[in-house]
Amino acid sequence: MKNLLKFSSIVVILLLSQQTRAELVVEITRGQSEAIPIAVIPFASAEVTNASFDVAKLVSADLTRSGRFKTLEHRDIIEEPHAGSNIVFDSWRRLGNDYILVGSMQPQGVSQAVGQERYNITFELYNVLTRQRLLGYQISANNAGLRSAGHQVADMVFEKILGIRGAFSSHIAYISVLGHLPLKTYRLIVADADGANPRVVMQSNEPLMSPAWSPDGQSLAYVSFEGRLASIYVQQLKSGERHLVSARAGVNQAPAWSPDGKKLALTLSTRSGNLDVYVLNLETKMLTRITDDPAIDTEPQWSKDGQSLYFTSDRAGGPQIYRIGLGANDRPHRLTFQGSYNARPRLSPDESQLAFVTQEEGSYRIATLDLRSGSVVQVLSKGHFDVSPSYAPNGAVIIYASRDHGRGVLALASADGHVQQRLVSSEGEVQEPAWAPF
Amino acid sequence: MEISMKRIVSITLLMAGIALLWGCPKKPTVIQPPSSASKIPQSSGNNAADGASTSMTPLGGDGSNSAGADGMGGMKGGALANRVIYFDFDKSDIKPEYAEVIAMNARNLSSKPALKVKLEGNTDERGTREYNIGLGERRAQAVRRALMLQGVAENQLNTVSFGAERPAIEGDDEAAWAKNRRVELDYLP
Repeated sequence: MKNLLKFSSIVVILLLSQQTRAELVVEITRGQSEAIPIAVIPFASAEVTNASFDVAKLVSADLTRSGRFKTLEHRDIIEEPHAGSNIVFDSWRRLGNDYILVGSMQPQGVSQAVGQERYNITFELYNVLTRQRLLGYQISANNAGLRSAGHQVADMVFEKILGIRGAFSSHIAYISVLGHLPLKTYRLIVADADGANPRVVMQSNEPLMSPAWSPDGQSLAYVSFEGRLASIYVQQLKSGERHLVSARAGVNQAPAWSPDGKKLALTLSTRSGNLDVYVLNLETKMLTRITDDPAIDTEPQWSKDGQSLYFTSDRAGGPQIYRIGLGANDRPHRLTFQGSYNARPRLSPDESQLAFVTQEEGSYRIATLDLRSGSVVQVLSKGHFDVSPSYAPNGAVIIYASRDHGRGVLALASADGHVQQRLVSSEGEVQEPAWAPF
Repeated sequence: MEISMKRIVSITLLMAGIALLWGCPKKPTVIQPPSSASKIPQSSGNNAADGASTSMTPLGGDGSNSAGADGMGGMKGGALANRVIYFDFDKSDIKPEYAEVIAMNARNLSSKPALKVKLEGNTDERGTREYNIGLGERRAQAVRRALMLQGVAENQLNTVSFGAERPAIEGDDEAAWAKNRRVELDYLP
């Protein structure tokens, strides 16, 4: 515990989309004491007082939220340089900063086509000790693009200092549940990775489940119980167009895209109710049965080469995780042996570990299995109902569904377990997060 | 003993008229440690004991569960209790106390071959969502098999599993969970 540090800062995400007002609020519940100190100086200068959005504040929020950085409190910012030539490095060093990010916003006038103010955002990242300039760029953005520009700056800073691609510009999908019995509204929502800009993709009075991103990030597969029957749909995000891909009698569940985006692994049931994993070719509609066991086989997930599937099966009594090659004669191999309940595997982007749900002291928690050793299991979360893990596309963070005072919330844990955060919705419950690919 | 108890409860249900759900046991229920659940032996003996402490709890505002009572196909006394079967944690075997519910529905269905019923399997919220779909399907199938054994034609029965997605009761304690581990018989119009 001594290397852990509580952060008191709470970052409130403000923006509302036109469709939903349910913003998510980020709370950092546990951070790292070895977080890197960085000063992020406000970009906007006096002549840009009407800029609708504080880009530097967003960059600061992103970096803090990653748990890897400790940004200088606004009240401790003693002066506001906007370019490298104005930085008095010694003062920032005395305040304990390793890095400093400075920038400025120059209004470029109103674009005729869009009718929005455009800005040139110039930013520079310096190492305070060596006074070396690490980054120097200019981004052009209109008012509506300032938030996205801020995430891009944070991504570049993150990658420059840590050598890990930033995922602040990426998106998440999740299910939100509003209202109470008997009238509930289920929504499939896509939002920015920080929970801002939530947009409703699909809404229903019957449950929605299992959102899964296509590898190109353009479509979502999901399960809908509309008509009180389970069906799998694929929906294009830009056009909103959706296609029914599976509506067989019984179970249609757990869609997972193949890495080439041409197939879906899914769970179907026989007439007698036996669940097995199948692969559906989305072009030819050809269906191939992958598992054949009287047990529940479900929750498939592809390996990156598209040659095998990870899945959950209770063929040994309780649910455990297996891997099966897609060749005709391949047999499943069991991967988890610790504990009586290990389910819903998700593969890290570098394929070095699996995240899954495990049972520990009667609680459901997120754990990882190191695939190189094949045996080292680390439990990352501390809740009682932690399920549905999903890796950020850079593999640094796992988002999952948790509970806070009986309410469904989203939570994040760094893949090494050191950093914990929570995304709490202002209304209803949130569940089943799925992080989009890059 | 068991039967007379059941009768008393049934009569109470009829008197209540708008009987909605089986009540929870009076005693605080012990939460089963889920980790050992798959190894718990069949516990129907205990269930009878649980049944003995069953009490009626009318639950206002939960009437949606009996919505569609018009689709009961002429079955007498459209109480929800006649159309819901509850299960133990991580179990899909039908407890003896529901034999009468199964028999009643089987008689109704086999005497009216045009009737169709959808068997909706549900679980409590614990565990992963998609694996719970599997457990809900197992329960729906258990009821389907039981009805078929009593003469109901296969084409009268369909199953759907909602897993943990459509709880009857909100809450994260055993009292709520016990009411959510269920199969509902949804008579189609």
